[in-house]
Amino acid sequence: MKILVALKRVADPDNANKVKIPASGEKIDTTGLEWKPNPFDEYALEAALRLTENGTQPKVRAGEVVVVTFGPKETETTLRAALATGADRAIRVDASDDKLDGDLVARALKALVEKEKPDVVLMGKQAVDGDSNQVGQILAELLDWPMATFAATIREEAGALLVGREVDGGVSTLRVKLPAVVTVDLRIVAPTSVYSTKTPSTHKYNDGVRFAALPAIMAAKKKPLVEVKLADLAPDQALKVSYHGFAAPPARKAGIKVKDVSELVSKLKNEAKVL
Amino acid sequence: MTPQEPLSLDALTAIDGLLTDEERLIRDTVRRFVRERYLPRAAELFAKEQFAVDLIPEIAAMGLLGASLKGYGCAGMNAVSYGLALAELEYGDSGLRSFVSVQGSLAMYPIWRFGSEEQKNKYLPKMAAAELIGCFGLTEPDAGSDPGSMKTRARLDGDSYVLTGTKMWITSAPICDLAVVWAKVDDGDASSIRGFIVERGTKGFETPTIHGKMSLRASPTGEIVLNEARVPKENVLPGVVGLKGPLSCLTQARFGISWGALGAARACYEAAVAYTRERVQFGKPVAGKQLVQEQIVEMAMDIAKGQILALHYGRLKDAGSITPVQVSFCKKNNVGLALRAARKARGLLGGNGILLDYPVIRHALNLESVYTYEGTDEVHTLILGNALTGHNAF
Repeated sequence: MKILVALKRVADPDNANKVKIPASGEKIDTTGLEWKPNPFDEYALEAALRLTENGTQPKVRAGEVVVVTFGPKETETTLRAALATGADRAIRVDASDDKLDGDLVARALKALVEKEKPDVVLMGKQAVDGDSNQVGQILAELLDWPMATFAATIREEAGALLVGREVDGGVSTLRVKLPAVVTVDLRIVAPTSVYSTKTPSTHKYNDGVRFAALPAIMAAKKKPLVEVKLADLAPDQALKVSYHGFAAPPARKAGIKVKDVSELVSKLKNEAKVL
Repeated sequence: MTPQEPLSLDALTAIDGLLTDEERLIRDTVRRFVRERYLPRAAELFAKEQFAVDLIPEIAAMGLLGASLKGYGCAGMNAVSYGLALAELEYGDSGLRSFVSVQGSLAMYPIWRFGSEEQKNKYLPKMAAAELIGCFGLTEPDAGSDPGSMKTRARLDGDSYVLTGTKMWITSAPICDLAVVWAKVDDGDASSIRGFIVERGTKGFETPTIHGKMSLRASPTGEIVLNEARVPKENVLPGVVGLKGPLSCLTQARFGISWGALGAARACYEAAVAYTRERVQFGKPVAGKQLVQEQIVEMAMDIAKGQILALHYGRLKDAGSITPVQVSFCKKNNVGLALRAARKARGLLGGNGILLDYPVIRHALNLESVYTYEGTDEVHTLILGNALTGHNAF
């Protein structure tokens, strides 16, 4: 199976307080930020690797995993990390972060999919910076492919994927015929979330995203990484989303301490008016 | 006014810009491994005097065993990458880092450096894969800083050597599959010392565990008792005779320790900063008190300088020209600063500084061993003193 994984780099969510907004509020100041792969996209890569192996011999690959990102030269660090973790090759679509929106990325990905012809496109359900949650859905529409969003489990079947999605009150299970677009949620990296047709059903993974072997990190620079011009994939680079302003969330006010339960109940009733 | 976010040690030293993408990725990968797989259990393992045996296959799969050696299934990474990895492991626990140091620098390195081609092919790939765990037998109950006074003897008898003696304070001995044991041959003096690969199962070879340590509790330490243990001649390391054999292994391990200790120091420092920013006394966080800041600043400056020193000597090692004296400088400096930082952090955390709920007391206790093993702090002073004055004071 051939899988295309779309990765986005985001400002390190563990250092979100380093994100600065200039007084003009017209944009987010990205200088000095530490970049990390979007966690949901890392989960998508982990799912792709699990779908192309048998669980017990990670070095025996069954298929190809291609990773793609959009951004300037520095984003190749994100791609190299993905190659070290197990992806076979990487594509960087040269673009400037502030000249992209979900629609343009989806249109460019469509052109790339037509060229690469993967069986599955996997990506995170959303990026943790803009939280737009659009690219997978728009891409599936443009390709006219079946789609499963917020995947918590994936089981490979002949010519299809059985995808479990956690919804209010239960799990919705979809069978999507290949080729398909799947966006993943955080539980996709649980120990028993993803099974290829070759993985024994008794196999359990370690929870979370696998660790790159250190020799693989050193070998990653020998894996193919190509640069593609955005204009070659999407001649029309007009954006459909325009940002009108940014503002930091208001600082939280200090809470109050109550003496006893009756004061708490009284305040909830009379001040917060939630009872 | 809301306090600002604290500057990290990595930002203070601006180390990232001095590392390659590959080195940063190696560091970050081991960092995540330690955070996800080791730290949640670190206190419990220490309390119960247990080693995380179940993590050994994962450590091997990451390529951490014998990582700085080339060929024979080893990762072949440069000294700086190896150092960065060890610092991250010791951020977890000195016992975790000790296991990796002993396997790579003390058990695999002598076979890689002084072994025959047959020995290398037989042992190294399996040791890199953790199918064989090794240990290093040099120190004895009555021969510590003066290894030349060792009593362990190897007597040639037909096609084999017969080993008798006791080795003490041997990391990983209780779980080892083989030991690299150093012994004097026949009636020789220190110049007759040879290295022997002794496999588990050899009659007369035992590895009793040393219990009751208040330091490195998450690392199995034992004795090696050799009672007429018969070792075939093919198991002698052919490439070296005399004390320089074991001492060259120690130089490798000491370099790694000088990086590792920085990890323990950083863990203590971060715990102290986080704690003092939260702990309110006399109406404000104690981080806003001058006496506390003095401690924090001294810790940060010490660790940052140690980091710069380690990186400098790491680059020198990769260029192939580091000397044992420089390694002694680095080990003494960095373990010393780590121990001081751990003690300061212990104080800054007050009563909480003695609880295993925080990493500080664990590191402070561990570092007492790191201060003493692999050349005591005093031995390194004598090595440096000799080099700097030309007078041997041993």
